[in-house]
Amino acid sequence: MRRSPYLLALSALLLGLGACGERPQELAGRQINGGAPAWQGPTTPLTAPGWTVGDQRSWQAHMQTRAQAQNEYVRLGQAR
Amino acid sequence: MARMKFICDSERCIECNGCVTACKAENHVPWGVNRRRVVTLNDGVPGEKSISVACMHCSDAPCMAVCPVDCFYRTDDGVVLHDKDVCIGCGYCSYACPFGAPQFPGNGTFGLRGKMDKCTFCAGGPEANSSQAEFDKYGRNRLSEGRLPLCAEVCSTKALLAGDGDVVADIFRSRVVVRNKGSEVWGWGTAYGKPAGGSTAKPAKAEGTK
Repeated sequence: MRRSPYLLALSALLLGLGACGERPQELAGRQINGGAPAWQGPTTPLTAPGWTVGDQRSWQAHMQTRAQAQNEYVRLGQAR
Repeated sequence: MARMKFICDSERCIECNGCVTACKAENHVPWGVNRRRVVTLNDGVPGEKSISVACMHCSDAPCMAVCPVDCFYRTDDGVVLHDKDVCIGCGYCSYACPFGAPQFPGNGTFGLRGKMDKCTFCAGGPEANSSQAEFDKYGRNRLSEGRLPLCAEVCSTKALLAGDGDVVADIFRSRVVVRNKGSEVWGWGTAYGKPAGGSTAKPAKAEGTK
């Protein structure tokens, strides 16, 4: 009878540790290779002028300018 | 970091389908697949509205959430892409997408679905940028050439805007302020906030009310 509290504590401990052995149920790691970021180019005959291939800041600034070119208020000098 | 988005201005879209044609030609999209299409509401009724729809590159994309093989990924620029080598063509993404963006070539043997195909924001796929392998599977990688998606760049009325979300939202907001119509729609404040210059544009008065 004196052993029962110890057995009970040991059982509770084992039960508690049981969760530690549980394997994650997610897909085993992402296998997708995201590829190289756009700013890394490469330089091709079709590469737009106005930015430096491989320079992230240059690419971002260029894309901002290019996107802003869709705004005819800016293009026509009538920015509001 | 940029967060690439499309916006289509329904007040400007003239349903010319130039964006659809440009997308198909630029990316060699196979028969039976349209990565982009123009949808017209109240077609034939005066006041009809058209918008050009493709993958919206959602910030919390449902296609990514439901894909059983986890073939989707998001680039640093917020473009949602997928790996056709991993895709099993199950079609779950097609059911999950509210825009009908995922497309499946349906002209194979026994109507085989094949791999999913969708708008890539002209950003290619996981293969090397601007490589032939990338082009064969996903089409042109214009972003790596410092260009925006062709659908937006060819749009004759500039109804379709593409680029960093902040930039295109600013362009659209400025249009709405100039035309003094459009900010009364539900959700405007949530999506576009108030213009930097002051309050939002006043709602347009309905015809006949003076």
